[in-house]
Amino acid sequence: MSAIAGEDLQRLVDDELEPARRLALEGMLESQPEDAERVRALKELNTAIRAAYAADLHEPVPARLLSAGSAKAGRWRFYGLAAGLFVVGLFTGWLVRGAMTTPSPGLSLPRQAAIAHAVYAPEVRHPVEVEAREEEHLVRWLSKRLGTDLKAPKLGALGYELVGGRLLSGSNGPVAHFMYQDTRGSRLTLYVSTQRGESGQTAFRYSQEERISVFYWIDGRNGYALSGEMEREQLLGIANAVYQQLNP
Amino acid sequence: MDDHPIVTHIPRLRRYARALANDRYLADDLVQDTLERAWKKYHLWRPGSDLRAWLFAIMHNVFVNQMRGRRLDLELLTDETPVVAVRPTQSDGLELDDLRRAMMRLSVEHREILVLVALEQMKYDEVGKTLDIPVGTVMSRLSRARERLRQHLEGGMSVVPLKAVK
Repeated sequence: MSAIAGEDLQRLVDDELEPARRLALEGMLESQPEDAERVRALKELNTAIRAAYAADLHEPVPARLLSAGSAKAGRWRFYGLAAGLFVVGLFTGWLVRGAMTTPSPGLSLPRQAAIAHAVYAPEVRHPVEVEAREEEHLVRWLSKRLGTDLKAPKLGALGYELVGGRLLSGSNGPVAHFMYQDTRGSRLTLYVSTQRGESGQTAFRYSQEERISVFYWIDGRNGYALSGEMEREQLLGIANAVYQQLNP
Repeated sequence: MDDHPIVTHIPRLRRYARALANDRYLADDLVQDTLERAWKKYHLWRPGSDLRAWLFAIMHNVFVNQMRGRRLDLELLTDETPVVAVRPTQSDGLELDDLRRAMMRLSVEHREILVLVALEQMKYDEVGKTLDIPVGTVMSRLSRARERLRQHLEGGMSVVPLKAVK
């Protein structure tokens, strides 16, 4: 006997429910083995579809597609690219504007972090230099370069897995950049820089850099900035988790 | 230049195109037509809105228009394309090849909605916008698509409602 409406089961499988409703339904499933089985089967189907087509994403893109538009409508591609670059230019210009108008020695921490996020988060093929499967090596390497003991926080409980990281150059020297991703492909980056000379501690600060939300703080000699294209509240929850893991 | 947001979506567009066109060469033609349209119309894209949904909607429309123009290909739209027998799957997990074959037996409508929901993990309302259908239709079509896929995976002979799956 089925107790839960089919549509609700479907929403549960596709993660379309509000958290409270989802919890309630999951509770009901415990006493409804048939519905629970149905949910399990549907989830398995989702997983199987993903697995069956996973490899397609990694095939090299033929050159004709990279230059699509150049044969028949080359000028349009040119205009499109020009428009695109113009937009990228505007965006970068907007991000960099502080450096031009203030006598500060460099870009602020959140702005540098937002630029790094804007540059690397959309990368499909090379989002990181060292992948998460070499996490130990990654953390050791970046720690050595920054001259400080780094940690890559574990955010699995919040739905974000480590993709990997890379070394960047910031206004104060080397920067460690860790990238995380959830199952929907949404990405977060954690930017860790060393502060010149000064050492201290600040509370969380928030900065909105165009579409990118950034929470940043300074702890000892390190500056941290967590960036993501999401609402402030959502990012704050994750920033708290990061902070707690770095300061157990 | 290859970092342009449109370019970074090409692998996903190709995957979607294959699910639509059922043939990898036709699929890449479809990607090419879609990209040409997208570059032309890029100034119409609203920054901040979902570029993936915008590109997928263009591809869907290009495909539907091409289908209208090519009567012969309409058979691709039916749900009864004959294929070799599909092996029944075992309980130790679905065979990937079987799954792709079963997907190919679905109608384009069903295949495409499964790609958007299961593979692209789009939200129902994004799917609705991409296909230009109401969310209620997204849900009912999705449910039928899964039912069909399940039947094909089970050998295509019995009509076993999901509820009866043990």
